[in-house]
Amino acid sequence: MTFIPTSPAETEAMLETVGVKSLDDLFDAVPKKHRFPKLNLPPALTEMEAAAHLNEMAMSNENVRQDLVSFLGAGAYNHYVPSVVDHMLRRGEFYTAYTPYQPEISQGTLQAVFEFQSLMANLTGMDVSNASHYDGATATAEAVSLAYAQYRGKRKRIVMSPALHPQYRDVVDTYTQGMGIETVGDEETNLTLSPESLTSYIDENTMIVIIQYPDFLGRIFDYKKVIDDAHAKGALVCVVANPTALLMLKTPGEMGADMVVGEAQPFGIPIWYGGPYLGFFTTKKSYVHKMAGRLVGETMDVRGQRSYVLTLTAREQHIKRERATSNICTNQGLLALAASVYMSVLGKEGLKEVANLCYQKAHYAANELSKLKGFKLFSSEPFFHEFTLECPKPASEVNQYLLDHGILGGYDLGNDYPELKNHLLVAVTEMNSKEEIDALVEVLKEM
Amino acid sequence: MATIIEPTIFELSSPGRRGVKMPASDVPQTDSLPQHLLRSELPLPEIAEVDVVRHYVKLSKLNYSVDEGFYPLGSCTMKYNPKINEDTCRYPGFLFTHPLQPIETVQGNLALMFELQEWLKEISGFAGVTLQPAAGAHGEYTGVLMMAAYHKLKGDTKRTKMLIPDAAHGTNPASVGMMGMSVVTIPSDNRGNVDLKALEAACDDSVVGMMLTNPNTLGMFDENIEKVIEMVHGCGGLMYGDGANLNALLGIVRPGDLGFDVMHFNLHKTFSVPHGGGGPGCGPVGVGKALLDFLPAPLVGILEEGNDDEAPFYGFITPKNSIGRMKAFHGHFGGGMVRAYTYIAMHGPDGLKDISQYAVLNANYLQAKVRSHYKIPFDRICMHEFVAEGRFEGSDVRALDVSKRLMDYGFHPPTNYFPLIVPEALMIEPTETENKDTLDKFADALIKIAEEAKNQPELLHNAPSTTKFGRMDEVKAARELVLCCWLPEDYEAMV
Repeated sequence: MTFIPTSPAETEAMLETVGVKSLDDLFDAVPKKHRFPKLNLPPALTEMEAAAHLNEMAMSNENVRQDLVSFLGAGAYNHYVPSVVDHMLRRGEFYTAYTPYQPEISQGTLQAVFEFQSLMANLTGMDVSNASHYDGATATAEAVSLAYAQYRGKRKRIVMSPALHPQYRDVVDTYTQGMGIETVGDEETNLTLSPESLTSYIDENTMIVIIQYPDFLGRIFDYKKVIDDAHAKGALVCVVANPTALLMLKTPGEMGADMVVGEAQPFGIPIWYGGPYLGFFTTKKSYVHKMAGRLVGETMDVRGQRSYVLTLTAREQHIKRERATSNICTNQGLLALAASVYMSVLGKEGLKEVANLCYQKAHYAANELSKLKGFKLFSSEPFFHEFTLECPKPASEVNQYLLDHGILGGYDLGNDYPELKNHLLVAVTEMNSKEEIDALVEVLKEM
Repeated sequence: MATIIEPTIFELSSPGRRGVKMPASDVPQTDSLPQHLLRSELPLPEIAEVDVVRHYVKLSKLNYSVDEGFYPLGSCTMKYNPKINEDTCRYPGFLFTHPLQPIETVQGNLALMFELQEWLKEISGFAGVTLQPAAGAHGEYTGVLMMAAYHKLKGDTKRTKMLIPDAAHGTNPASVGMMGMSVVTIPSDNRGNVDLKALEAACDDSVVGMMLTNPNTLGMFDENIEKVIEMVHGCGGLMYGDGANLNALLGIVRPGDLGFDVMHFNLHKTFSVPHGGGGPGCGPVGVGKALLDFLPAPLVGILEEGNDDEAPFYGFITPKNSIGRMKAFHGHFGGGMVRAYTYIAMHGPDGLKDISQYAVLNANYLQAKVRSHYKIPFDRICMHEFVAEGRFEGSDVRALDVSKRLMDYGFHPPTNYFPLIVPEALMIEPTETENKDTLDKFADALIKIAEEAKNQPELLHNAPSTTKFGRMDEVKAARELVLCCWLPEDYEAMV
C-alpha cells in the first residue's frame, strides 16, 4: 500500500458502491488459469532502505566528478550545469504535468516550449524548431522521414557522411528498414576526403544528404558547396550540429541547410549514463507541415490575453494515424525546459564564455599532446572542442593505461573505423582544468 | 493588442545584463578560428539570474499538475510521482557517468539495468526485455520492426497487413505506417471486445500480426482474449500488446502468459516516472521466445557469473538477429530506469498487486457514482479506466464543454474525444493514488455539471471562467503560425 491512500474501511465502502465483495472479484474477465500469478520479485523496501540500496549501486560506479578525470565525449559532453537549472526542473508544476493538451491550465509548459523553439531557431539560424525528439540520433532519423515525405517516397537514396556519429548512422539504418531505400557515401574510404567528395553520390534520386558539424572526428568544414550541390539535384540537406559549437561557429542556416538537428544534452542535461537527452529539430518554414513532433504556436484567449497552444496537430499520429509522417507522441519536454533555462541563465555572454573555454582548453590540450613523441593530430582542419589524436599504439591500450591512472582517455575510434585503431577522439570542455590537461600529457609521456 | 500575462524570455532581455559567469581561462590564449567559420551574431537573451528564476517560477504557476490535484487523464496514468525518485535518479554515481565509459567502471549502472530487465520480464511474463526505447511510441516501432524482421527471416514476404482495433491509440497505426505496412481496422463488439467475426474474416496469410491494447481504451479487459490471440497465431501472425494500460494488470495477469509475443511498457505511466510536461518517457519492450533474437542491441547481460562473495560481472550483449539500434547509447537510464527501479523496489510483489487492484477499484467506484448521470456506452466492470459520453439529451453541450467546466471545479479534465468509437467521449482514469474524498468530490462535480448542462448550458459554453486563461483561438494559431519570438531589437529591425 506504499502510495495508496485508501483505508480498509473506505475500501469496504467503495466495494459496496461498486457491488462486489472483494478486490479480487473485480477481475472476473481475466482468464482464471492466468489470474493472480505469484511474482518472484524481492520484497518491498521502505523509502529509507531503497535510498540506501540505490546509493550503494550509484557509489559502485566511478563517476567523472569524484573518481575520474574525463576526456570522453563522442556525443555526450560533461559540462557545468548552473544551479538554477535543476531548481526549476524540480518544480512539481513542471515535472508532474502532462503534455499540454488543455491549454487553459498548461500555459507554463506551452510558453516554455515556445521559448525553447525560439532559442533553438536563433541558435541554428533556422526559421522554426519543434518541441523536441528523443535524442540527436532519432532527430536525424526523423529528418529522413521528412525528406521521404517531401518526395512522397519517390526519391529512394540517402547520402550520408562516414563522419556522422556511428550510432546515429545505425539508428538511421534501423528506422528506414521498411522504406525500401539505399544509403551511400558512408564508406570508410571517404573519411579522409573533403566533404565535397559526397557530391559524386548525389543524384536525382537522392532525397537527403546528412552531414555532421563539427563532424564525428571533430573537424569543422564549411558545407556551403556541398549544400549547393545537393540543392542543384533537388536533394534536402540535414546538418547534425553540436549546440555548444554553434555558439561560436557560423550557423548551418547561413550555409543553406534545410534542417539542422542534433543533441542538446550539452545544454544543461547531465551525462546520466546516456539519457534521457534532448534531440532538437529545426528547419525552414516551408517544411513545417512535413516536420514531425509537437509544435507550439502563439494565439489569444477569449479574454484577449496572449497565449500559446499546440498547433498544426493535424500532422500528428492521433489525427492522421497511419498517414502520419512519424508516430512520435511523448517527447523530451522537461529537458527542453532544462536547455531553455540553461541558455537563459548563462545568457548570451555566459554562453560565449562556455564556448570560448571549450575552444581554448581543447586547443591547449591538442597542442601539448601533439608535442609528445609518437602522437600527432589526425587532421589539420580546424576543430572546436574535440579532436582526433593519432597514438603510437592501439587506442584501447592507451585508454587502459590512462584508466589505471584515473583518466578516461577518449573514444577509441577503432570501435567504428578499423583503420583508425590507433586513434583517440579527445573531448575537452570548460570542466577540464589546465592541471588535468597537464596530467593527461604527463601520463602519456611516461607511457 | 493582446494583454501579456508573462513576457517571453526574449522580451525580458536587455543588452548588457549578465546571469551566471564562467571562470577565466587558465590556459594560454590560442588564435581564434578563421573569420569565415565564425558566426556573426548570437541573438540570445541577456538576463540576470533573479529574473530568470522569477520568469520560470511564474510560468510554473500557470500549469496544473499532479502535485496540485486530481488529473484523471484517460490512458495517461497520471499517478503521484514519489519524491524519493527525484533524489535517487540524481545520485552523483548515476548523474555523472558517461555512456561510453569502460564497463568495469559502471557495474552499478549495469546491475541496475540488468535487474530492471529481469523484473520487467517477471512482471510481464516475457522471455526478454530491451530498455532502449525512449517512449511508448518508440517501443511500438521497435516491436513492429521486430515483427517484420521475424517474418522476413522466415522468408515469409507476403505479410504486409497489421490488424488494429478501432479503439486503438493513434500511435499504433502511425508506427505501422512508418514501416510501409497497411492497417486493417477491426471493429469492437457490443461488449467492448474485439469483434471475433470481423477478426476471423481478416486473418489470412498476409497478416503481420495484431496490435491490441488490453485492457483496451474503453477500459475493458477483452473477455475473449485467449481466442483472439489463438486466431492471430493461427494465421501465422504475431500478437503485439500496447502496454499503455498495464497499470490494470500488475500481479493480476501477465501478458506473456496470455500468449502476447511482444509488448512495450510505459515506465512513465505504470512505474511512476513523471511526465515532465510531455516527456521524457521510457518505453522498454518485452518479447516472448519467438522474438528473443530480434531485440535491439545492445542488451545488458552477465559476462561472468558471480558467487557468494562476488557480484556478477555485467556487460553488453547483441542478440543474434537484432534489428539494430533504436537510439544512441542505452536508453533513458537516469530519468527513466532509476526512477522505475526505485518504485518497483519499494513495492515488491504484493505492493504491485495493490496498485492494480486500487487503480481498478477507483475507476469502478467513479463509474458507479456517475452512472445515472452520464451514458456509459460499455457498462460492465471496467479495469483502470472507463469511458462516459459527454452529451445530454436536449442540450447542445459537448464533451469539450464538460471538460472545460471541470477546470472551474479545480480538476484536470479527462481525455476528450478518445477513443474515437464513442461519441463525445470522456475517458476517465483516476489511478490508485487518489483517496475516496477526491473521488467523491470529482463525482459530485461531474453530477453538478450534468445538471448545469441541462439548466445553465452557458456556464459550460463559457468555461473555464475561474482559471487564469480562457479558451484559446486555435484557428488563429494555425493560420498565423507564429512559432518563434525574437529579441526586441531584432524584432524592431524586422518590422
